[in-house]
Amino acid sequence: MSRPLTWRRLTRDIGTESGLLLIGIPVLLWTLIPIYHMFLFAISPKDAAFSGQLWPAHPTLRNFGIVIHQEHHFLYNFWRQMWNSLAISCATAVLTLMIASMAAFAISRLRMKGGRLVMNLALFTYFIPAAFLAVPMYKTMGMYGLLNNDMALILAMVTVASPYAIWILRQASDKLPVELDEAALIDGASPFQLFRMVYIPLMVPSLIAVGTYALLLAWNEYLYAFLLLSSEKTLTLPVALGNFLSADDSPWELLMTAGFIYALPPAAIYYAFRKYMSSGLTAGAVKG
Amino acid sequence: MTTTTIDDAARREPSRRAGFALSAKQAWGLLFVAPYVAIFLGFVVFPVGYAFWLARSPQLYVELVHDPVFLRTAINTLVFLIVAINVKMVFALFLSGFFTNKRWWVKILSVLFVLPWAVPSIPTIISIRFMLNPEWGVINQIIFALTTDDGPNWLNDPTLALALSMVVHIWKSLPFWTLILLAGRLAIPLELYEAASVDGAGGWHRFRFITWPSISTLYVTCTLLSMIFTVGDFNSVYLLTGGGPADLTHVLATLGIRYLRLDQVGLAMASIVCCLPLVLPLVFFMMKRLSR
Repeated sequence: MSRPLTWRRLTRDIGTESGLLLIGIPVLLWTLIPIYHMFLFAISPKDAAFSGQLWPAHPTLRNFGIVIHQEHHFLYNFWRQMWNSLAISCATAVLTLMIASMAAFAISRLRMKGGRLVMNLALFTYFIPAAFLAVPMYKTMGMYGLLNNDMALILAMVTVASPYAIWILRQASDKLPVELDEAALIDGASPFQLFRMVYIPLMVPSLIAVGTYALLLAWNEYLYAFLLLSSEKTLTLPVALGNFLSADDSPWELLMTAGFIYALPPAAIYYAFRKYMSSGLTAGAVKG
Repeated sequence: MTTTTIDDAARREPSRRAGFALSAKQAWGLLFVAPYVAIFLGFVVFPVGYAFWLARSPQLYVELVHDPVFLRTAINTLVFLIVAINVKMVFALFLSGFFTNKRWWVKILSVLFVLPWAVPSIPTIISIRFMLNPEWGVINQIIFALTTDDGPNWLNDPTLALALSMVVHIWKSLPFWTLILLAGRLAIPLELYEAASVDGAGGWHRFRFITWPSISTLYVTCTLLSMIFTVGDFNSVYLLTGGGPADLTHVLATLGIRYLRLDQVGLAMASIVCCLPLVLPLVFFMMKRLSR
């Protein structure tokens, strides 16, 4: 491999390297500046946040203290809202996993009649822009008497998350060998036992991907949360953060600190499950 | 399936029993699919049906067409879809090529690059909104330091404000589509490139004759998918501009909420019904592509 180092080769290498850096550095700046800006606000004292420095003269964790101890009237319900976000996301993930894995099992393994129709309807829902369904969903939840109730957001998020979940799970379960089901059925297993003892254990990687997808979708959701929940006690964190914006005297450094704390769990989850996410979730998208 | 039939035939089971077993399987299937069907009926079919019912009066559409905000919104949405999505996809295509590099720092960069997509959009959009504040925002401070002139009042100019919501949209979703296209690029067999190198093909020719033919379908699919998913992207517009100034930067995603706030639910539904002729063909096209 090591050819003699010639001038021509050296200049060419420097050329490609600097060409790559010329792309890499702008990409890095573009990606990180908004996030770094948020972080800078979070560690700056109140009056220094607007000084426009790259690093505050006196970095402080005081903002984190204020947020964690809920010492500002914008933040009196911070932990309550964090809990709402967490509970709603977990409930969405669990319900989506149950509903989607059962549906995928019925469509792919039991090959039920009409399974294709159900799949197509789900896919159709997946392609309808979420904003289209938001207003009708809001009116419907009002009729069901669920407005300002956690259940409204959970059910809405399950509705939005399950079509993609079913689609991904169906693709994964189509790849499991048919002989497996036959062997289990010949052994006298009922379809339910087949589902619980054979199907679910084999589907764990895809289930993790889909569960993470639903969890993050619900944790990050703003539009539906903002429409369906309204009282300070039921709000999820993103809606509470959005409400900061409507006030004139918003404490920006606290808003950015709370936002930073809120952004940490999904980023951590994403990086922890990155392997599952990329293999499980891009498998479907690459298909076309 | 074939094996089952052969087995059944070999064991010469009475056909009635086989028929019963089949229907039991079907019954289980129905049972398993029932929860999703219930969700679908209760939270998709019913709301959509109700929406059409609310939007049934022709008078609503007359009113809608005479609302200048609606026309402006329609134009904004088209501009958003055509400009933002295409710019984003071209960058994603370009960057996916960049990230095929095996250098260590490119790998680290590719991990960081996903951050905008991995973190929730609300805090980062608010952060960008602060950066753009005309008085205290860091961008205008830099402009002032460099030129001693006041920078523009970014979000108070409808054109700039819409352009900036597109920038926010691109910032947020570029990583996702780059990863998808990267996966597409990595699926291309390396031998093709090696053969091309032997033939003396340069970078452009390799892209033109190997990469592009292999991923053009994926590229088009992604572009259409991104278009129908966003239809103007509620968060990027609503949290950055709130539809302002003077309701000039609304997109379809935020217009429904505006009508809802004004207690004009009929108009909200009608505005959605109006763009169905545009969205539904795309949806059917995508379903055909993806349900193969």
